[in-house]
Amino acid sequence: MQAHLLSILIWLPIAAGVVVILLGEGRVVAGRWLSLAASIATLVLSFPLLARFDTQTAAYQFVEKAAWIPRFNAFYALGVDGISLPLVVLTALMTIPVIIAAWTVIKTRAPQYFAAFLIMEGLMIGVFSATDALLFYFFWEAMLIPMFLIIGIWGGPRRVYATIKFFLYTFLGSVFMLAALIFMYVKAGNYAIASFQALPLTLVEQRWIFAAFMLAFAVKVPMWPVHTWLPDAHVEAPTGGSVILAAIMLKMGGYGFLRFSLPITPDACRELNFFVITLSLIAVIYIGFVAIVQADMKKLIAYSSIAHMGFVTLGAFVVYEIVRTTGHVQGAAMGLDGAMVQMVSHGLISGALFLCVGVLYDRVHSREISAYGGVINTMPIFGAFMVMFALANTGLPGTSGFVGEFLVILATFKASFWYSALAAVTLILGACYTLWLVKRVLFGPVANDHVAHLTDLNGREFVVLGMLAVLVLAIGIWPEPLLKIMEPSIHHLVTQAIATKIPV
Amino acid sequence: MNLHLLIAIPLLPLVAAVIAGLGGRIIGRAGAHTITILGVAISCALSIYVLKQLCADGVPTFNGPVYTWGLSDGVHIDVGFLIDRLTALMMVVVTFVSLCVHVYTVGYMSDDPGYTRFFSYISLFTFSMLMLVMANNFMQLFFGWEAVGTVSYLLIGFWYTRPSAVFANLKAFIVNRVGDFGFVIGIAAVFSYTGSLSYGAAFAAAPHLTHAMIPLTAATSVNALTLICICLFIGAMGKSAQVPLHVWLPDSMEGPTPISALIHAATMVTAGIFMVARMSPIFEYSEAALSFVLIIGATTAFFMGLLGVVNNDIKRVIAYSTLSQLGYMTVALGVSAYSAAIFHLMTHAFFKALLFLAAGSVIIGMHHEQDMRKMGGLGKYMPITAVTCWIGGLALVAAPFFSGFYSKDTIIEAVGASHRFGSSYAYWCVLLGAYVTSLYTFRLLFMTFHGEERFRHVETAHDHESAAHGHHSAQPHESPWVVTVPLIALAIPSLLIGYFTVGQVLFGGYFGHSIFVLPANDIIGDMAREFHGPAQFGLRGFLGWPFWLMVAGFITAWLCFLRRPALATQAARTFGWLRTLLVEKYYFDWINERVIAPLARGIGFGLWKAGDQAIIDGVLVNGSAATVGWFGGVVRRVQNGYLYSYAFWIVIGLAALLGWFLARA
Repeated sequence: MQAHLLSILIWLPIAAGVVVILLGEGRVVAGRWLSLAASIATLVLSFPLLARFDTQTAAYQFVEKAAWIPRFNAFYALGVDGISLPLVVLTALMTIPVIIAAWTVIKTRAPQYFAAFLIMEGLMIGVFSATDALLFYFFWEAMLIPMFLIIGIWGGPRRVYATIKFFLYTFLGSVFMLAALIFMYVKAGNYAIASFQALPLTLVEQRWIFAAFMLAFAVKVPMWPVHTWLPDAHVEAPTGGSVILAAIMLKMGGYGFLRFSLPITPDACRELNFFVITLSLIAVIYIGFVAIVQADMKKLIAYSSIAHMGFVTLGAFVVYEIVRTTGHVQGAAMGLDGAMVQMVSHGLISGALFLCVGVLYDRVHSREISAYGGVINTMPIFGAFMVMFALANTGLPGTSGFVGEFLVILATFKASFWYSALAAVTLILGACYTLWLVKRVLFGPVANDHVAHLTDLNGREFVVLGMLAVLVLAIGIWPEPLLKIMEPSIHHLVTQAIATKIPV
Repeated sequence: MNLHLLIAIPLLPLVAAVIAGLGGRIIGRAGAHTITILGVAISCALSIYVLKQLCADGVPTFNGPVYTWGLSDGVHIDVGFLIDRLTALMMVVVTFVSLCVHVYTVGYMSDDPGYTRFFSYISLFTFSMLMLVMANNFMQLFFGWEAVGTVSYLLIGFWYTRPSAVFANLKAFIVNRVGDFGFVIGIAAVFSYTGSLSYGAAFAAAPHLTHAMIPLTAATSVNALTLICICLFIGAMGKSAQVPLHVWLPDSMEGPTPISALIHAATMVTAGIFMVARMSPIFEYSEAALSFVLIIGATTAFFMGLLGVVNNDIKRVIAYSTLSQLGYMTVALGVSAYSAAIFHLMTHAFFKALLFLAAGSVIIGMHHEQDMRKMGGLGKYMPITAVTCWIGGLALVAAPFFSGFYSKDTIIEAVGASHRFGSSYAYWCVLLGAYVTSLYTFRLLFMTFHGEERFRHVETAHDHESAAHGHHSAQPHESPWVVTVPLIALAIPSLLIGYFTVGQVLFGGYFGHSIFVLPANDIIGDMAREFHGPAQFGLRGFLGWPFWLMVAGFITAWLCFLRRPALATQAARTFGWLRTLLVEKYYFDWINERVIAPLARGIGFGLWKAGDQAIIDGVLVNGSAATVGWFGGVVRRVQNGYLYSYAFWIVIGLAALLGWFLARA
């Protein structure tokens, strides 16, 4: 079984999703239990990945390879390393709360809703575990379809505008990436990501490929100024859609930078890193300010996501600036470590915050901050969870939110005092927008009748938020196991990123 | 030293906090206070044992890891302890005051519905504070630093239905984050220049960095150690409430009184002072940073004390006094008298916690009234509170032989002896500060415990602290034993600890290697040579300026607030502009609330509306969509389905192509 573990992780949820659809509206109860079972099974099956993962090597593990499209020399090739493994497990994990949170909340076409998330889970695991670029691209694009449907069918009133914006934005970026992949296929003769990474490329070629990747990944992250699809998509998406969007889909952009941009176009990255760092810092500060004034809870968390993802791109690209300033690579791996931890942590925290908003929305049917006030009076347990996740969102030490930001700020100082200082502004802005939200929603006297009649968390909601809370604290208190998994792969990535690929 | 024992010290309060917090409904009120008091009591006993080991048994300093928090890029980031005499002293102070406050809380919060939650929070605070003082590296220091801030946030907003409380806790967190912004940059700078986050490595590297420069622009750069120290000190300014980051502390009085004593007087706010003393091996090498520390501290010491003179809320007067005393400690740091700063920190922890708890006792006695204008003559009804409060007050004004005298007089003398840039300004501030301290302290004592019984004019007492306290009786009454016992327990050290420890702690080289002072800056060492016992030191105090300024303050307060209250009213009228300036607290809050906060919201709103919505979405995104749409429209019009139209365009096209070819040929 171990030989096909990744395949099982991809196809098990997809197959379960298909079965759930076939069960149909008539057997909703069976469908959702099956969905829950499948998502839990997927998570449990991902544990052997963690347990048997060799933390001494940067090589791909659990590899599978089968012919896929022989004519194009494309393979069904899978494998995980220290960069993709945490994201695979995160994906397997975050689908469970989505299923549980939707348990009785989704009234229309419930089986299809559950199925969409299961299918998306498989496809997303596929994105992180594909080692063949064409297969990667297949999963990358296929994943858009269920999300498109989730927002389009179960979304809010402006869902059509949001879905089209979401789809066009992400698709536009992807098309250029496909062109870049085909270009490299022509040069390399196959689609293996490893052979792309080894491919010598002139600086001009690298610049074009870098630009194509940049478009695809920057939209996904999303980076300023191609971020405006995200708040719209979040606002219209149902709770589960927002959770997956924030927790997993945004990570695809960060993953892309680490897997493709840095190793494939290192010279272009070195040349253009200033550009990416600038955009990252704009994300941290500009978006931080924008988040403060949001009146819609989901929009606020969406903007907060963009600001937090700024640390991912900053940590990834500051590598070059560190080498330039100090003359050696000490600190580069720390920036990348920070970027990776930030991705995992943001997945947990933003997912949890969107679930918190979902809990309120299910009861009051409003996302407006002004519709609440004094919620903690009637929902003390919920309040405790939300305060905890909010504090984690402000990067409080002892929670996972601290680890990534701290490592990135430490590493960035080696590159430049100013970069580090500007990145650290997030300490202030993050506290402003997150805790002001908490103050207005949770604290104060009971604001209105809706709040007065709120009921506290039910067992389902408690389990979901409790599970995430434990993980957020665990990573904050002891991030070493996570860092250890990543260590050899990050080290290898640094070597690739600082090498030159220009043929001589 | 036994590592397990050391781990138990912070862990016991944590475990107790978790049990009381999560299982509060199961174990009930008595269960919650029993387990948390037990936890902190054992922790206190163990801390005293550790102190004894270090001082009496000659056990060497402990410095070692507990576990590896993270290993990134070959850098070990550990959670670990550095237990030397400085740490041990802090541990004892923290756990002892915490224990008193735990006991006191049983009485003070007895009617509150959030009883178990409160105990959980204060035990969690004790854990966080212990992690802070016991750290042997910057990561853990920052953890403790932010964790105490978070518990403070939770406790200021403990009565979360009150708008003023939830405003105050947000303000406290954000202002502290401004300080932490500097702090984290300082930590990053230390890491960048020493390659390690452990204290040992950073202290060892500091002497070699005196000429290192950090480039700020292409042309300018700044001394690395100066930048590091100033950044770290900005963190201290937030936590220890130094101007201009002091604004959160008076508002923090919205929290229940026990935490005002524990967090906002005795322990958390002194974390900044402790941190700078701990970092003395770095700060000593930056004359510029120490001058900065000195000037900020002196400004806080004098100008914040003045605010205490015009306030009528008993807790806020003590809060301004805390600001002023923290300024004194900061001044001591600024003149390299670190041990004097820590000594004042210790004496202040006892007498200020005492003053707050006594104020709390008054507030209970007055049925949750905090306005001193509605008190007066309470000494008759609350003798224990009055006597202990007087002891705390006399310690605060540095009356000879009281604990505060030994610490504060040393600081004033040390500033006088210093030649550092800014020391003459600081000397005037701390000297005049002695008068101001005396004025507001005796004003408080007179208005509360003596003179006319003004509470008789007030028919309905405000239920200011908690709506749960419903029972009104006409007479103020002495508080129950759980309240008065901690008062007595704190009054004893407030009275005596200075006399009995000054010879050892301050002038006896107690701190040894845990505090580092360059020989050229060693003012305390010079003073130690003049020191001939606490009795002689106390008698000499009667001859100094600080004593007579204190007496002047006493006489002023006696005249204006006891003997001839009309004088105070008249003075207020004569110096109307000054009074307004003080009542408005130098307009700091006004600037924050009317300028900075609206500015931040304005920037956010502007970027959102103009940047995101108008330019990015309006022009770029929807603009591209509109352009595509417009182009589609044009193309659609061309493809109109009429054959003659197509034929016409074919002919035109052919003609154009032909013309072009001909022109080229």
